[in-house]
Amino acid sequence: MEAKVSEILQRYEPEQSSIIAILQDIQEAYGYLPREILAQVAEELNIPLSRVLSLATFFRAFSLKPKGKHPIHVCMGTACHVRGAQLVLEKFERELGIKTGETSEDLSFSLDAVRCVGCCGLAPVVMAGEEVHGKVSQMKVPGIIKKYKK
Amino acid sequence: MEDKLTSTRHRLHLMVCAGTACVSNRSFEIKEALEREIKKQGLAEEVLVVTTGCNGFCERGPLLVVQPGNIFYQQLTLKDIPHLVEEHFLKGRPVEKLMYKPPEGKKPIPVLNEIDFFKKQVLIALRNRGLIDPEKIEDYIARDGYQALVKALTQMTPEEIIEEIKKSGLRGRGGAGFPTGLKWEFVRLASTSNGGLKFVVCNGDEGDPGAFMDRSILEADPHSVIEGMVIGAKAIGAQQGYVYIRNEYPLALKRLTLALQEAREYGLLGENILGTGFNFDIKVARGAGAFVCGEETALLASIEGRLGEPRPRPPYPAQRGLYGHPTCINNVETWANVPVIVSRGADWFSKIGTKTSKGTKVFSLVGKINNTGLVEVPMGITLREIIFEIGGGIPGGKEFKAVQTGGPSGGCIPKEKLDLPIDYESLTEAGSMMGSGGMVVMDEDTCMVDVAKYFLSFTQDESCGKCTPCREGTKAMLDILDRITKGEGTEEDLQLLEDLAVSIKETALCGLGKTAPNPVLTTLRYFRDEYLTHIRDKKCPAHVCRDLNVYTIDEKTCLEVGHGCDVCRRNCVSEAIIGEKNQPHRIVQEKCIKCGVCYDVCKFGAVKVE
Repeated sequence: MEAKVSEILQRYEPEQSSIIAILQDIQEAYGYLPREILAQVAEELNIPLSRVLSLATFFRAFSLKPKGKHPIHVCMGTACHVRGAQLVLEKFERELGIKTGETSEDLSFSLDAVRCVGCCGLAPVVMAGEEVHGKVSQMKVPGIIKKYKK
Repeated sequence: MEDKLTSTRHRLHLMVCAGTACVSNRSFEIKEALEREIKKQGLAEEVLVVTTGCNGFCERGPLLVVQPGNIFYQQLTLKDIPHLVEEHFLKGRPVEKLMYKPPEGKKPIPVLNEIDFFKKQVLIALRNRGLIDPEKIEDYIARDGYQALVKALTQMTPEEIIEEIKKSGLRGRGGAGFPTGLKWEFVRLASTSNGGLKFVVCNGDEGDPGAFMDRSILEADPHSVIEGMVIGAKAIGAQQGYVYIRNEYPLALKRLTLALQEAREYGLLGENILGTGFNFDIKVARGAGAFVCGEETALLASIEGRLGEPRPRPPYPAQRGLYGHPTCINNVETWANVPVIVSRGADWFSKIGTKTSKGTKVFSLVGKINNTGLVEVPMGITLREIIFEIGGGIPGGKEFKAVQTGGPSGGCIPKEKLDLPIDYESLTEAGSMMGSGGMVVMDEDTCMVDVAKYFLSFTQDESCGKCTPCREGTKAMLDILDRITKGEGTEEDLQLLEDLAVSIKETALCGLGKTAPNPVLTTLRYFRDEYLTHIRDKKCPAHVCRDLNVYTIDEKTCLEVGHGCDVCRRNCVSEAIIGEKNQPHRIVQEKCIKCGVCYDVCKFGAVKVE
């Protein structure tokens, strides 16, 4: 087993109630939930892999596919929606050449729509990684992408 | 304690807002610049920079409040700092140009509580807002924090605590407004056949889009929640508590974790609290991004490591909750109210508010409003006071159309009801609900059919899929709304929408499903005309439903006023605009994807939308 995985498992009691926290740590460490690691976790906690997979696909925070190095999250909360978030999202789709939910081929960007990130005062809001961009318009989108593009 | 003593020696305290909105406006860089400049001016012994939680006036960030004096500085930039430090903190001359100016007046208002946004607010849950460093328990204690805990643990019996909460009239701030004291009593009296365990849980899975008060409380004043929970635990006889925090709130998670650690070090949490023999500790559970986990039975399932799906009630969590034990679940804002009620008394608390709804409520005022931010107001205040006095009205001279309260479970309230005094009952009567306190303001440019479609696509997307009415019913409703916004709806569709809404309300399994049709029902009730315009005239009066829009360029304006500036053509993503510089431009309708960029970039009003 990879050292990273056993280190994560050691943080928690080996019981069912720890599973969501463990999956969160794996998601954070790898950027997604690799299938073979989920199998290891299931074995360690002595629960069926099917149950681990059902959790992994139920919650939005988890992804079974790798995400981009710079995950772009466009907030689609109510305040952002009434201030034009849909147009911003579509501009990202066109500029990045990917659809919402997809990752670019070179794994540099992924694009997702998220429900309210709680910065409604800055609507429309886009999160690039941990960084919050406020009052985003269609015109600002190319600039945001450029900032992260190497 | 050492720290505390030194800090009181400072002549001025600069409270820099470090709420999420201000942080994303670079408030930490402002803080560092202030510290650098203060050192440079030799003021380090006299002026202390403190980072606080959310101040509430997010629109104006980054924010700085100078204490004593409550002087409010806003929209600071790095280049303002040297001047500000020299003028105000060295020479004692407050800098007017960095102060808040009301839209109508020219004179800046220096003092925070004289600004309209703050004037009508009454702070209970947000009592320490902007006054303490959330990462220092000493700051909380200095503001009388944990005094209620001492009182509850040493001078009150559990029955007395419950009686006090009941008498205060406090009701759940998370949505449905169930009387908190009554819930506590149910849990206290619930039989504990298997092992005698009981739990208290704090619901911090703030899922309503457009609401961020729980995040703000956890980030700005985590100890107020911890103190409330210890008191609640004592009252119902719980040994273990959980705070369930949304995955999207990393800063809240960090500050709460730190606060729990501090509380343990001070003997306010853990074994034998304050030497009274009472044991209670709190664990943090992180959500994983499922809206349905805000529903209490789904939340409990998720803590246990199971799928976050609701189950039928009864039995209520008060009877059979976490791991089958009686469990008391309240939301963040409710817990934060508890210490104040215990220390100031139920009589004081119940004087605020209306007959059925006591105390205050925190609302997040967002959308098409001048003063976006977080406000705490007494129950019974009118929507007009919140939107036009505190919120400063609608930007750009536009007309107010509606306010949406209660998130996806609530509804849209039209301008005829602006003078409605707000409480749990009045909002329900208007077809909406209190919900967690999101208040999204909409103006003439908002399409109400689109708003209904937005909320339904939200609930449809977040439906856990367990019960058919919610899973399939909201899908069917969404399909109809989609047709209407494309100009393909019929008048019979409206009746069908209403029929579906009623059956979902009656048959869905959980509260979220039962309330999912509310946004559609209220918009049909108050804005039926807008639906009919979409259906009969194939037009969207607010020009939001894009399939119904037609963009054209007025060639005369384009040439004579804009001199064929060519900006629209260069920005058009689908190469639908033809024309050369200094010549009139034209849109080829077959190529137009209706993104509206040309309309946004044209400075001469030559681009028209119909």
